[in-house]
Amino acid sequence: MIREITIGQYYPADSVIHRLDPRVKIVCTLLFLISLFVQNSLSGYVIATLFLVFVIRASKVPFRFIVKGLKAIILLLMFTVVMNLFLTKEGAVLLHFWIFTITENGLRISVFMAIRLIYLIIGSSLMTLTTTPNALTDGIESLLRPLNRFRVPVHEVAMIMSIALRFIPILLEETDKIMKAQIARGADLESGNMIQRTKAMVPILVPLFVSAFRRANDLALAMEARCYCGGEGRTKMKPLVYKRQDYAAYVIVVAYVVLAFVAGRFAPLHIWIF
Amino acid sequence: MSIKLEHVNYIYSAGTAYEKHALKDVSLEILPGQFVGIIGHTGSGKSTLIQHLNGLVKASSGAIYYNGENIYADGYDMKGLRSQVGLVFQYPEHQLFEEDVLSDVCFGPKNQGLSKEECEKRAREALELVGFPEKQYHQSPFELSGGQKRRAAIAGVLAMRPKVLVLDEPTAGLDPAGRDDILDQVRYLHDQTGMTVVLVSHSMEDVARYVERIIVMNRGEKMLDGAVREVFSHYKELEQVGLAAPQVTYVMHDLQERGLPVETAATTVEEAAAEILRVLRHGKRSDT
Ligand SMILES: Nc1ncnc2c1ncn2[C@@H]1O[C@H](COP(=O)(O)OP(=O)(O)OP(=O)(O)O)[C@@H](O)[C@H]1O
Ligand SMILES: [Mg+2]
Repeated sequence: MIREITIGQYYPADSVIHRLDPRVKIVCTLLFLISLFVQNSLSGYVIATLFLVFVIRASKVPFRFIVKGLKAIILLLMFTVVMNLFLTKEGAVLLHFWIFTITENGLRISVFMAIRLIYLIIGSSLMTLTTTPNALTDGIESLLRPLNRFRVPVHEVAMIMSIALRFIPILLEETDKIMKAQIARGADLESGNMIQRTKAMVPILVPLFVSAFRRANDLALAMEARCYCGGEGRTKMKPLVYKRQDYAAYVIVVAYVVLAFVAGRFAPLHIWIF
Repeated sequence: MSIKLEHVNYIYSAGTAYEKHALKDVSLEILPGQFVGIIGHTGSGKSTLIQHLNGLVKASSGAIYYNGENIYADGYDMKGLRSQVGLVFQYPEHQLFEEDVLSDVCFGPKNQGLSKEECEKRAREALELVGFPEKQYHQSPFELSGGQKRRAAIAGVLAMRPKVLVLDEPTAGLDPAGRDDILDQVRYLHDQTGMTVVLVSHSMEDVARYVERIIVMNRGEKMLDGAVREVFSHYKELEQVGLAAPQVTYVMHDLQERGLPVETAATTVEEAAAEILRVLRHGKRSDT
């Protein structure tokens, strides 16, 4: 039932992309996203498409998992496209009926906007699909370490994040079990009006909260029993170290960004209105 | 009250990276009044299987008939099915939520639409059946010990007066006395009311002592299904899949191998003792 919901789902596989240092993946994803938004030409998007295809192939994640993330933004996507399409007034008129006008500029902007949004989701899904939540928080912690100097508790924030991420699937599983146990006792979660349905949630929420607190308590005890006392002086069993492949990845991504920028600047490739 | 499964398959998280084929082509029939044990290694699909019996999970393929009616047919009364097939889950903390034990046990009958008095009457009856001390009826269910929580949880299902009672490892986390207590109560219920009981367990000893028929699950498949003695006579195969027959089965086979002419079919300590005594006495008599 509820287990079907996927949040930042990791796809286990053994690929170059999976083995990259999480810091590389975070920084490169950011670079890719920025490159998308400074881009405004057809040739730039062609290069971005080729680059994405290359990374997706290298990651060994089946395509259908990657597009799954798009389902979540489909409404936002349609809204943006429609707004841009009908509300852009500049440029030559392409089509005019009743109160609607579509201009060349409007079409161009809405198509580019759609491409940007789709690639943005695909790009960031690729990062979460190929990086375990733990590696991701490790990477964030290490990238944000300089903020320690400004008294930002980077380690604690990262620890909170990784615990929260770890608990999401556990709590979903727990909710599923509790729902089943109550349905087996005849609980009716579907029918009735708002008030009845809210009331019907009580038998689910109470055990869920109780178990969440119990788990939190157990976890705190377990951490204390192993002498956890915050980030100070704490070393890692597997410290993040850049390897050859990580430098290679940086080079490839920077090369892509430069190429896309140069191509957009000097060879924008005009086809029809794009 | 028969429950019949035909070629049931179940796949968790179908179409994702975590796909898991948890039940593979399982067919079986549970007849009215039977006391059935389901055993299997951890992860063999026991819990998944029993959640099919009251329609909590829908089989990926295959059909299930309750009293000859297909439970997946359009318009089938699932709620009715769930009050006839009571399911007690593996972990009781998943269902206790009320302020006190008594009202928690009332939850099931209340959902069946019974009057307040009737609910309470049934709840008291059920609590008494599982041997829950009356002075704790008004205690918060969260302050109980593990064993008491489990009793309260079982009472919560019994209060619905199901025709079939399905228990998922009801004795996990209980001391030996509490374990025998609960299982004795279940057997008493079965004998008194003719209730069909399905008992999921890890413990061969428990299963051997209480049930009349055993279904052995292995990696999502039904491996063996038959009367207790018959299943335990396959003790070599059971061993291969990480299960073991009751200790006495081994003792009896050993004794036979070393020349004592005992029958090896005994499955409980009492039966084994009787059999050994019989053979010994018999031997003495033939000496003199
Ligand atoms: N909600 C779920 N999502 C995905 N896989 C699951 C889920 N529940 C169970 N499984 C998998 O299905 C298989 C069968 O699980 P099941 O809980 O039925 O085993 P079991 O025989 O009851 O084990 P145990 O004796 O430990 O209770 C296991 O491999 C398990 O990992
Ligand atoms: Mg189980």
